[in-house]
This record gives sequence, structure tokens and C-alpha cells, in this order.
Amino acid sequence: MDSHAHGLSSSVQNGLGGFYLVCALMNFGFAAYFHFQAKNRTQVAIWGAVGALFALMSVAYFGHFGWSLSHGIKDFVDRIMNPVSYFAISILALAAVLYFRRFFTNPIVAWSVLMITLFCSGFAMTDPNFTAIITKPDNVPIVILIFSVGYFTWLALRLAVINDDRIARGEPPMEKLEEDKVLTWPDLVYTELICMVVFTFALVVWAYFLKAPLEQPASSAKIPNPSKAPWYFLGLQEMLVYFDPWMAGVVLPTFIIIGLIALPYIDFNTKGNGYYCFNERKFAITTFLLGFIILWVVLIVLGTFLRGPNWNFFGLFEPWDPHKSLPLNNVNLSDYFWLYGFGKSVGSMHWLIRELPGILLVLGYLLLLPPILAKTILRDYFIKMGFIRFFLLVTLIQFMALLPIKMVLRWTINLKYIVFIPEAFFNI
Amino acid sequence: MSDPTAPSPSASAETTTAVAATSAVAAAAAPAVAPPKVVVPPKPTPAKPADKGPSRRFFLLSWFGSWFAVAWVAFSASMLAMVLGTVRFLFPNVLSEPPTSFRAGEATGYEENKVDDKFKEQGAWVIRAKDERNRDIIYALSTICTHLGCTPNWLESEKKFKCPCHGSGFKISGINFEGPAPRPLERYAIKKNDDGTLVIDKSRKFQKELGQWDDADSYILV
Repeated sequence: MDSHAHGLSSSVQNGLGGFYLVCALMNFGFAAYFHFQAKNRTQVAIWGAVGALFALMSVAYFGHFGWSLSHGIKDFVDRIMNPVSYFAISILALAAVLYFRRFFTNPIVAWSVLMITLFCSGFAMTDPNFTAIITKPDNVPIVILIFSVGYFTWLALRLAVINDDRIARGEPPMEKLEEDKVLTWPDLVYTELICMVVFTFALVVWAYFLKAPLEQPASSAKIPNPSKAPWYFLGLQEMLVYFDPWMAGVVLPTFIIIGLIALPYIDFNTKGNGYYCFNERKFAITTFLLGFIILWVVLIVLGTFLRGPNWNFFGLFEPWDPHKSLPLNNVNLSDYFWLYGFGKSVGSMHWLIRELPGILLVLGYLLLLPPILAKTILRDYFIKMGFIRFFLLVTLIQFMALLPIKMVLRWTINLKYIVFIPEAFFNI
Repeated sequence: MSDPTAPSPSASAETTTAVAATSAVAAAAAPAVAPPKVVVPPKPTPAKPADKGPSRRFFLLSWFGSWFAVAWVAFSASMLAMVLGTVRFLFPNVLSEPPTSFRAGEATGYEENKVDDKFKEQGAWVIRAKDERNRDIIYALSTICTHLGCTPNWLESEKKFKCPCHGSGFKISGINFEGPAPRPLERYAIKKNDDGTLVIDKSRKFQKELGQWDDADSYILV
């Protein structure tokens, strides 16, 4: 791809022109809000200028004069991207948003972050690989997912911060100020009607412009490469890279469902019922966001945009080369223990002896860790929650933690399976 | 379980009625001064079956002979027939399963360390390569990934089978070396006919982790 404007096709140029025009209008709208409602002249000037910048970009692309992302930046992004950095950045970003929630829930900060994201996305779309992946009809819902999950998480945190301040001042949360009753007619029915019309319209437009992603007739001999699950299962497919099908396909999903069902019985904190808050439920909200955003949404995004042929990891701007070769030689724990530790070959051993270190490790993790935690760092929780609640909670969190633990072990020491008993179809 | 000392419900009911009737008669016959008469309740007599509604035989007849019964029997029969008809689908008259064995050409037609997708449709790669004991053998590998059953692809430049679903990798021997696959690809039974053609029998599998690759039917020596 040439870094000059000549490399961009006219349809991409027009599309980007339209994209930046929408961004410009959004900023003008934001400025108008400050002009008419908030009466803040500084903000009007700032967002008017940002809108003008976007409008300028839009004119440049409509005039087919637009420029594209340089190779240096693309190569840099591709080079720093791998599963490890992707997860590390995601977790750090979530931690930062939660820790500095007062800063991030400021609407002006959030709007700036959104505008920077949109500006960079527009630039990234000058890359044909990136554009091909994010505009594929299959993947458009994931683009919407990224923005909608981001927005709703932000909204919940913002309301939580406002309520936390109110509670700290001794006032009731905002939700208490609302009336208990809302009229069905016209309030609810009109809302429903408007939603119905808007969504029907959006679906018709979607169906018209984005064709159904159908492929060739199914055949066991000719399968698409990469073969991707439906988007909502991509998190599970990513788990399958690290686990045996039994674990990733049956045991862990069962624990997810049981855990969600058990939540109301484990979480007996009566605070935060019916209103947003963070300070009163720090542990619950953080754990939920870790599970939902990092271990589910981030995995879906990874599976959609960053997994290419042969399920290899590809950077955002990297061409999907089916012959990309990554060293993925993985070693079982039994090999590490017996072969590298004692110099013995595992070939002739009985599986029980061979897998003893792994079995002991897993049993220790599942059976010894909860009592140790109850005695030491989680002592307060144990006393507060009681025996059954505490052990249920710790076991569920342990199973949730299996995935990141296994991922880190795979990335650092190429560990394949902790317990590996192919004789009995049992691997962990 | 029933208490033998307790009177049966019907008997006690009769007793109460009898008591009420007797006292009413006594009150009418004698004025207020009459001393209270000790009323001896009549001995409870066992109820006569003939007086207590329809007989057992009539009951059975009336239920099983009514239109109601006919309707239920017909309904149950039709449901049963439907279930049986569905079960019948499990045993089709014709099984269109492709034959489990196929011919794979002359044994001399295979080059060493070459993987051909010729028989991928049939579900096997027929490969000539050196085995662990450095013997020149021909064997048939199943095209089903041992992780979750996708079909891997042979990458000639990397000399490996690579699964597009979760990235498992297998060497030309079928031995797993990367990704999540827990065990090697399975071998199918292979034999050489008298005329020198190879026959691959997919109904018999040989798994390395069970030591079955030593079986003489899982390969042929070139």
C-alpha cells in the first residue's frame, strides 16, 4: 500500500469523507449543546475547532486528496501486537478506567476519548486489510458491540460515581428521587413504538446494504480457513485453543451458567439494590467486569479481528497470510517434570505416575487453596460469608481464573496441558 | 397403617345421625321434666355394597365402554403410532453411507514425503514417509483433527498439517506438535492387494497413544 493518496480507491475515499463528515457533525452538535444549554464558551470553541478539523478531513477525502497511514506506524502496531500485549493492555485499560473512574466518567473526557478513537479508526481504514476485516458483514456487529459495550459500561460507571458522591454526602441515590410509578400510556407505549420503528428501519437498511454472509456448500474436505464460530461463541473458541474440548466446551461453560445462577445467593450485599454505585460493591462489580469484558468481549474481539488463517494471531494491519509460521511447540507438564527435571522418558510410564505432578497441582489448587485463603488473606470474607457461600465463591472464581492462568502458562512456558491423560480423554 | 380401634368414617356418620334422630324423638314425646334417657347407639352395620352406587363391574364397564374411553384410546394409539413411526426412521431401508474402504492406486505411485489431497474427500491422506524406526512405509491418516474434529490442511512449504479451527499442528507422521490437539491423527487400516493396489479400510482405526501404530495392518512396507 502506497503512503500517498493515489493508493486509495475512490470508494474508500468517499467512505472516509462520509465518516469524517459524520464525526464533524457530532462535534458541531456537542458544541451546540455547550452554546445553548451549558453556556460554556471555552467548550464551544474547543469542539467547534475539533469539528472544523474533522470537516477539513472530510473535504480532503471527498476531494480524493486524502492521505493514508504510513508504513512505519502500521509496522509498529503490528509488531507490538500479540496475544500477550493485547490482553495486558485490555486488563490495564479496564483497571485504569475503574481506578480513575472519576476522571474517565467526566463527559468531556469520554467525548475526547471517543473522538480520538474515531479519528484513529478513520486513519486505520485507509489500510485495505483493516477495512476488509471490519466491514465484512459478519464483523459489523462486533464493531457495534465494541462501541455499545464501551458506552454502557461508561454510563453505568458515571451514574455510579454520581451516586457514590451523593451517598458520601448522606443524600439518597438519584434513583430514589424518581417517582415510583410511570404511566403506561403514553410514556411506555410511545417509547416502545419509537423503538420498534427505529429498529425496523435500521434492520431493513442493514439487510439491504450488508449481504448475508453465506459461503460455499459445506464439505468436510473443503473448509474455510480460518473456520470461525458465530461471533457470540468466539470467546469459547478462543478458550478451546488453551483447553481440551471437554474443559472448554462443557465444564467451563457449565460453571459460567451455574455461577450466574448462583450469584444472587452468594452476593448477599443488600447495598446497591436498585441504584448504580461502585464504592459499596467494589469486589462484585470488578469481578463481573473482569469476567464479562476481559474474558468474554475482549475474547470475541480477538477472535473476530485478530485471528486469521490457521487460527494464527495477526496484527491489525497484517495481511492474512495462510503460510505465516509461528513457533507454537507446546510441552506437557509431565514432560517438563520427568523429562527435563529427572531426565526420564515418559513413554513407558503408567499414566498415573506420569501425571502425578499435574494431578497433585490441580488437586492442590482446587482443594487446598480455598482453606488457605479462608485462613489468610480472605479471612474477613470467610467470617462474613460463612462456609458454604465462601467456598462456592472461591471455587467459581478459581474456575474463572483457570483461563487466564492457562493462557499465561501457554505464553510464558509453552505449557500444553497440566494433566494429560489421552488414555482416558482427560486433559486439563 | 389403619388404626383398628378407630371407627370407619361411614359408621361414625351413621352413629351421629342415629343420636340426633333419637334425641329429637325423645324431646317430642316427653316434656321438659323427663330425665335424660341414655341412648345406646345402634351397632354399626357394614354397608351393603349394593346400596352404595354402581358395582365394580358396572364401574369398569361404564368407563371403558364409554365414548370418552374410545376417544382416549384412539388418541393414545395414534400418539403411540407416531412415536413408533419416528423410531422407524432410525432404521432406514437403505443406508446411503459410502463404503468404508476405498482403493488408493498403486503403491509404487507414491513419492516419499509428499502429501496429496486426492483422497481428502474420502477422509484420508495416503502418505509415504519414513517412520520412527526409519522404515519406508505407506500409511493412511484420518483427516479428522483429534482436538475437535475439524479438517486440517496440509501446508507444503511448512511440511505440516494445520487445523484452521484452533491452530493444532501435526507433522507428516500425524504426530501432534503444536496447538491444543491432545493426540496424533489416527491411522486407517491399509493393505496391498495382489495386483499392487492399496486398499484403505476406514472401519479400523489405529491410535498411536494406544500403541496401535505397531500393528502390521496400520502401514505397509515399501
